Amino acid sequence: MKKYLTWSVMLLMVVALVAVSANCSSTEEEVVTYKVGALFSTTGGASNLGVPEENTVKMVVDQINDAGGINGHPLEVIIYNDETNSEKCVTLATKLIEQDEVLAIIGPTTSGNSVAIIETITTAEIPLISCAANIGIIEPVGERYWIFKTPQTDKEAIGEIYAYLASINISDIAIISNTSGFGATGRAILLDDADDYGITVVDDQVFNEGDTSVQSQLTHIGGTDAEAVVCWDTDKGSAIVALDMQTLQMDIPLFCSHGIANQAFIDAAGATANGVIFPAGKLIIVDDIPASDPQKDVLTQYRDDYEVIYGNGTINTFGGHAWDALQMVVMALEDLDIEDPYESADSLADARAAIRDSIEQITGFVGISGIFDMSADNHLGMRAGSLAMIEIVDGKWTWHQ
Amino acid sequence: MSADQFLQYLISGLTMGSIYALVGLGFTIIYAVTRIINFAQGEFVMLGGMLSFTLAVSAGLPLAPAIILSVLIAAAIGAIMYLFAIRPARNASVVSLIIITIGVAIFIRGIAGELWGVDFVRPPYWAGSESIRFFGAYIHPQALWIIGTTLAVTVLLHLFLSYTMVGKALKACAINPRAAGLVGVNAKTMALIAFALAAAIGGIGGVVMAPLTLTSYNVGVMLGLKGFVAASIGGFKSPIAAVVGGITLGIIESLSVGLDWGPFTSAYKDVIALVVLLLILLLWSGRLTEEERAG
Repeated sequence: MKKYLTWSVMLLMVVALVAVSANCSSTEEEVVTYKVGALFSTTGGASNLGVPEENTVKMVVDQINDAGGINGHPLEVIIYNDETNSEKCVTLATKLIEQDEVLAIIGPTTSGNSVAIIETITTAEIPLISCAANIGIIEPVGERYWIFKTPQTDKEAIGEIYAYLASINISDIAIISNTSGFGATGRAILLDDADDYGITVVDDQVFNEGDTSVQSQLTHIGGTDAEAVVCWDTDKGSAIVALDMQTLQMDIPLFCSHGIANQAFIDAAGATANGVIFPAGKLIIVDDIPASDPQKDVLTQYRDDYEVIYGNGTINTFGGHAWDALQMVVMALEDLDIEDPYESADSLADARAAIRDSIEQITGFVGISGIFDMSADNHLGMRAGSLAMIEIVDGKWTWHQ
Repeated sequence: MSADQFLQYLISGLTMGSIYALVGLGFTIIYAVTRIINFAQGEFVMLGGMLSFTLAVSAGLPLAPAIILSVLIAAAIGAIMYLFAIRPARNASVVSLIIITIGVAIFIRGIAGELWGVDFVRPPYWAGSESIRFFGAYIHPQALWIIGTTLAVTVLLHLFLSYTMVGKALKACAINPRAAGLVGVNAKTMALIAFALAAAIGGIGGVVMAPLTLTSYNVGVMLGLKGFVAASIGGFKSPIAAVVGGITLGIIESLSVGLDWGPFTSAYKDVIALVVLLLILLLWSGRLTEEERAG
């Protein structure tokens, strides 16, 4: 009798176990977790960009899952650190595509790494939204079918400066740029796009990386009718231009690139930084922008959420690029009508293609870096007015227009 | 080019030229005594500037002691460089020693990059930042310090070499090392002094220029190159010649921007300077072989 009881208890337990496990597997079949990949440089040279990107993605994933996921599907973002190394980045991209079977990838952090994985991405036919600046990541658009990006390029930044100059009736400008990569790319766009805004470049001066003075070039500019100087370089060269303009007592305004949006520029240029105007994302001056700005709420919310978790004053533009990229993938996943993308190789390929098509059709998306209207011809689609003109006043960034 | 502009080009060229001259002086001193071209010379300029920022801003020392201390540390590093990198290899050929100096330069730059990071900094001005009107042109007070310091260093160096025992011994070593040795001049000590002196002058250049030109761990590369050109124009012979070489280079660079001569815009500023260097090196090497034949 006792033995019979033991057996029946055991039998009951087995039945229960089977039932539970069957129940489990049935829920898994019903709600698939959407897997998205991310490649960020959280160590190495670009770590100050990659870390806020990773922080942002972790935060947004928690927010989405706490709110019930995407149409009930939980979201998982698999984040790999490419160590700011392009070879490593290619390997990790392959791993995300083949081993982890992600539906889309966001990142990489740097332009170099983004360009390095273009071929891997294109061959594998998976959508990528890069968080890096270079326009070559998405152009020529015919060869970048699978690739999108969220940060502004030099072209958007220069467009904002020119539009502003035209609005205050300045037509004759002098440009001064560094002959190295960033400056040279900017110089070409400055020269090409001036006509579109009715602007004439009356003097085109350059300096070399490592030059310690640009007084001669500025003296040359002083001999022309230029009504403003536009300097295209990162922070150090721009600071020398600002200092030397002060030394030569030039009283025309100085416009700089978005490359000066850091404290080092203000520290080095000191009082001469005051009055310098440059285009940059609105995040760094979010409190200054008027409530009527369509990005105001999104920016404030992101800043507040981020700083609650990671501390006051930790917000930066780069995290915003990742926020935009992930939100676009999430929007595309919301439209996805393939119930289980992981059912077969075909369904995975179909899901990836459907996500790509959805991303390309996103319009009017209000993000951190700007407002985006994606299209088949423009895989950045940043609307004019996405960047603010920022003026340095008393050593602080202030919203200018 | 208006007269005012011409004057401005001259003043800007003179300022930059004075910096090149200070770097060129260091090259000349070491070359004269040891026949080594010290490609780490630019790094002493970087060290002077970065140290003065660290001491005056980060450590909060008053400006004058910070400046003096920076120059002394640069000089000490020059002496250490000689004792630990050059002296142990003194029996190697001059070419090997020159390659060692390139290694030392990369080493110093690497350490500086780790220590200070890649950001650029500006030490405080020595005498304000309000530029001074000079006829139709403007000059920064710090530029006056740069020009004045170069002048003072040149005069003091000339007096030191001509009227002190150590200075005369250095000069003797430069003219004929063997004869100097025969009359009791210790060539090794003289080489040590030359390295420390050159590093100190490089450090002086670094501290005086940094408030105007900004500085970072990698400024030594370009300045070293310019100083080398300055010393070459001067024929590596005398300190005065190096100073003249540096100022010539600065003024050529500055005027070449204003020239507007055909395609020669500011893009060709360094090209013009390097063409000058090539011409001089070609002429100089011809003269050297003649001297060797005569010797």
